[in-house]
Amino acid sequence: MTLPFLIVAALTIAAAVAAMTLRNLVHCSLALVGAFVGLAAAYLQLDAQFVGFAQVLVYVGAVAILIVFAVLLTRGGEAPAGTVFSSSWKWGALVAAVVFGLLAWAIKNSFASDRRPTPQVEATVKQIGEALMTKFVLPLEVIGLLLTAALIGAVIIAMRDEAKSK
Amino acid sequence: MTSLAGYLVLSAMLFAIGLAGALTRRNAIIVLIGIELMLNAANLNFIAFWRFSEHPEALTGIMFVIFSIGVAAAEAAVGLALIIAIYRHYKTTNVDEVNSLKG
Repeated sequence: MTLPFLIVAALTIAAAVAAMTLRNLVHCSLALVGAFVGLAAAYLQLDAQFVGFAQVLVYVGAVAILIVFAVLLTRGGEAPAGTVFSSSWKWGALVAAVVFGLLAWAIKNSFASDRRPTPQVEATVKQIGEALMTKFVLPLEVIGLLLTAALIGAVIIAMRDEAKSK
Repeated sequence: MTSLAGYLVLSAMLFAIGLAGALTRRNAIIVLIGIELMLNAANLNFIAFWRFSEHPEALTGIMFVIFSIGVAAAEAAVGLALIIAIYRHYKTTNVDEVNSLKG
């Protein structure tokens, strides 16, 4: 464990816990941005520069802003009066704790503890672009189709039903 | 450099935090944020396994994460549109009160 990794991990975990426990939804969204930035830093430490910058662009730039818009459109800006946890929160917390325990136990007993990284990894934007245009061109087309369908679908779902509201 | 297990444990913690948030909070937007955190934890796993793999020049881990980020963006847009539609119908985003399909 190196010091930069520990700093990034502590910041990411703290921001994620804050995003899940704070009462005010706007504060939750801001904490979520912190968790996304921490993850981008972890990607940079793992020599995946392009993914790190894509994480900042897509998650911090688009998804977090989308969540803030949804919070403001549903008037969630003010903190609720009563509890913020659902009626069955004990079972949810128990399931999450059991899942983390199982995952940590599996990682501890796996080959991952003594695995050495491959030295000198290079993933330049040029290589990624060439791979996207040759080997992965079909998934690229499919993701473009999916994004178009999601765009149209989101507009149709959120559109006000004019016939009913009149 | 940090070992593979360190990144995997960080990812497992993020996944557990996201799962706890998605299962315990009342507001539908926080549930969606928890799902986003779980997706990000899976992405971190892909990158960590790619970095420690035998053939990182194949770029498969990076490609999977790029496509996963694209799918997550589409998921967030549709999910938030659904939440706005539900809010317009029920006037609430509390998942305890949204309990019938035919409102």
